[in-house]
Amino acid sequence: MTDRHDIDLHINGDIYRVSVEARKTLADAIRDDCGLTGTHIGCEHGVCGACTVLLNDQPVRSCLMFAVQAKDKPIRTVEGLAKGDTPHALQQAFMDNHGLQCGFCTPGFLMLAAGALEAKPDMSEEEMVHVLSSNLCRCTGYHNILKSVKAAAAEMAKAR
Amino acid sequence: MSGDHQTKHATTWVGRSIRRVEDRALVHGEGCFTADLPADLHVRFVRSPVASGRLKHVTIPDTARGLVAADLTRIGRIKPMLHRPDYVAVEQPILADGVIRFVGEPIAAIIASSPAEAEDHVEATFYDIDETDPVVDVLAALAPGAPRVHDWTKHNILVEGRVDTPGFDAMFASAARIVEVDITSRRQHALPLEPRGAHADFDRRTGRITLTCSTQSPHVMRTAIAELLQLPEADLRVIAPDVGGGFGQKMMLPPEYVLIVHVARMTKRSVAWIEDRRENLIASFHARDMRVKLKAAFSADAKLIAIDADMASNVGAYSGFPITCGVEALMGMAELPGPYDVQQYRCVSRGVATNTCPMAPYRGVSRPVITFTMERMMDTAAAKFGIDPIDIRRRNLIDKFPYKSATGLTFDDATYREVMEIAVRELPLSQLRERQSEMRKHGRYLGIGFSTFSERTGYGTPAFAARGMESTPGYENVEIAMDPSGNVTARIGAFPHGQGLKTTLSQIIADEVGVSPEKINIIAGDTDQTPYGWGSFASRSLVISGGACLVGARKLKAKLVRIAAHLMKVAPEDVTLEPGFAKARSTNQSIPIPELARTAYHKAHLLYGVADAGLVEQGFYDPPGTFSNACHVAVVEVDIETGGVKVERFMVVEDAGRLINPMIVDGQIHGGVAQGIANALLEEIIYDERGNILTATLADFLPPTMSEVPRFELHHIETYSDATITEAKGIGEGGAIGAPAAVVNAISDALSPFGVAFYELPVTPQRIRAALRKAGKANS
Ligand code: FES
Ligand code: FES
Repeated sequence: MTDRHDIDLHINGDIYRVSVEARKTLADAIRDDCGLTGTHIGCEHGVCGACTVLLNDQPVRSCLMFAVQAKDKPIRTVEGLAKGDTPHALQQAFMDNHGLQCGFCTPGFLMLAAGALEAKPDMSEEEMVHVLSSNLCRCTGYHNILKSVKAAAAEMAKAR
Repeated sequence: MSGDHQTKHATTWVGRSIRRVEDRALVHGEGCFTADLPADLHVRFVRSPVASGRLKHVTIPDTARGLVAADLTRIGRIKPMLHRPDYVAVEQPILADGVIRFVGEPIAAIIASSPAEAEDHVEATFYDIDETDPVVDVLAALAPGAPRVHDWTKHNILVEGRVDTPGFDAMFASAARIVEVDITSRRQHALPLEPRGAHADFDRRTGRITLTCSTQSPHVMRTAIAELLQLPEADLRVIAPDVGGGFGQKMMLPPEYVLIVHVARMTKRSVAWIEDRRENLIASFHARDMRVKLKAAFSADAKLIAIDADMASNVGAYSGFPITCGVEALMGMAELPGPYDVQQYRCVSRGVATNTCPMAPYRGVSRPVITFTMERMMDTAAAKFGIDPIDIRRRNLIDKFPYKSATGLTFDDATYREVMEIAVRELPLSQLRERQSEMRKHGRYLGIGFSTFSERTGYGTPAFAARGMESTPGYENVEIAMDPSGNVTARIGAFPHGQGLKTTLSQIIADEVGVSPEKINIIAGDTDQTPYGWGSFASRSLVISGGACLVGARKLKAKLVRIAAHLMKVAPEDVTLEPGFAKARSTNQSIPIPELARTAYHKAHLLYGVADAGLVEQGFYDPPGTFSNACHVAVVEVDIETGGVKVERFMVVEDAGRLINPMIVDGQIHGGVAQGIANALLEEIIYDERGNILTATLADFLPPTMSEVPRFELHHIETYSDATITEAKGIGEGGAIGAPAAVVNAISDALSPFGVAFYELPVTPQRIRAALRKAGKANS
């Protein structure tokens, strides 16, 4: 048993005051202490990417970070992607293009793609494949994930 | 192909790629998976670090609360039955009871207020195991004098099936050529992205327990757990919430789930166990650790006339419930001849116990292996006869239907040859062959591999009974009701976990009852709310639950028609249901469907003596089964320096009968093929000779990413099945069944200039390099 730390996590514009052990991962804190269960845990060793969130707008594996490392930094999770009732272009594209089956990997892919497209809106297909190879999906064979991200990128370019 | 059907159904919901109703919540992070539920208590398991031994004692720290086998004397053991004289019924304790049989076997359960605290206590738990020599490899387990996994058995063979058609010996002896292949399929893991997990809650008011768990079969879990805990089934409610993939692994009963329900009952609190990835990789269920020796007899004109097979499936330490350790061996035996016309068949097929993680079905079960066996054999035979791989398949594929197989299966109408011919045209193959020879001149090795196969799907109780199963899955039930506002709710016994079944079933119902899919709610995955059913596996849900929905929807339609006819004072035959209303053809009157629904419930006096009040019907379906079929083509380039394989193209020409939602069908094929490519090139669970598992992380097991999986080219034929009432055939497993054979045929084709060919899965870069070195043809 270790000491607890009282920290603020800034998630999707809200502040969550949580009391966590130093060893608690950011993924666990987001899920258990903040109740944001859209961020999933598929391996806890940094391979699957299901736990991907944006920290300072960069995709990170939240299972590989301690919650205390993320204190006071802006975090975005899948719950913050839509604007009110309007889905984010990526969310819409995943629905339109059958980019998910069981949906367990989906929040991670959405956040990964959101971070990547914000950093580089005009990624080539090759770059997209490279980036999206960070995460695992066991259901879709990736075909429709790529299709979805391409469609979202085109949609986001139109909106600019 | 299916032109007249398409016109007939041009205005239907069936056949359209509508968006999935499942998706909105999932893309917003609003899904609910088992791990999302808060719990008072958390369980972690102490697991054996050795594969075989005597467990002498376990010491749980004083400060911790835990359970060992001695605390569970009133709980039964998992002991699935097969009624066959050759079946040896072994039993599995919930926690290891004196004997350790595989690395990862649970030996104690620690209960604490957080998972982290439970893990601390797991670390501090001491146990004493006298290690004994394990038996790990399937052939070693078959050897005389091998250590026995269950010491009371005569040997490690837990099930042994045999086929021997009359006339086999004479036919085999008449062969002009015998082609032999010796196949090794190394151990696979289904790897659902969500590991398993269970959450049980005790309701003090009713005394009932609700188990929420990641499963493919909630009703089966309820029956099994209630029986083991001696609970009335009515006191246990099982909910399968969103489930993050299963692929067969989650149709089996995990001993851990039984224990979680026990702890909730004992503590009267909510308790959860969420499996971590390491546990999932070492101690959930594995698959397809198989060997097949095949001798194929051909006539002089390359017609297959007899096959002789010796098959062994490494089933691990126990026999899983409900599908038993016979599933791979017996399915492999029954279906080995595949889509080829051969009436003389001899086979012995064994399920063999070893000190390894138990086996469960994994997408396709043993069919990826038997398809690999037959397809590697066909390519090998083609080379021996000096004919083209396409040509030898043309000579041997079934083309007259119905076809009765050597093992008594009836093949319904399908397109084994047509799909291959379409692939040849669409590639086009001739251009690829030119490119191949051009590239070879420059030291680059392109290969093209075909695989043609059948996928037996949607089979009902007789098929499971034929295996001798004690409880025979197969049928499905649906309760379908239209409420007073005219919306429809269908409660299904089956349970989808990513297949989009709610969407496809709503399409089937919509066409019958004149209500659009968004007004149809499908309820699944809750034993309190749904009729008894078997869940999703064996490519069955769309066919069987879809069939039950159609039966129920037709009854509902008949009642709506009867009510409308009565109200409009016309004969029922005069009434049609159109989208949104019922119409009398003769008078052109119409009544909106919500008004019929309102009448059925709230103005029942108008129907007095004509129809009962309400609109609730039941659908039941238990079909004989049908065969989907496909041709897969892989185009690969092999780098002879590194042994690396790049899958350049992957084409699937598929015939799955009538497509209910083509988008979802394509998605099933994509996912299956990706797993098949992984099976061919990357994934392998590796044990050392002491039974330690060397692939306990995702960085070792190597699931593919987007970079290893190509974009797919798909084509469809729709041969409407007359073996199913929806005219659809199952499609869930085909991708995984055909792909390994296509990829390895392609690699062997690429490396044919070196005389190198592969008969094992997966074909890793190391194996390619080793084979090239052995052939002495590449720089070593
Ligand atoms: S859970 Fe974080 S990478 Fe898998
Ligand atoms: S949709 Fe199931 S893991 Fe990606």
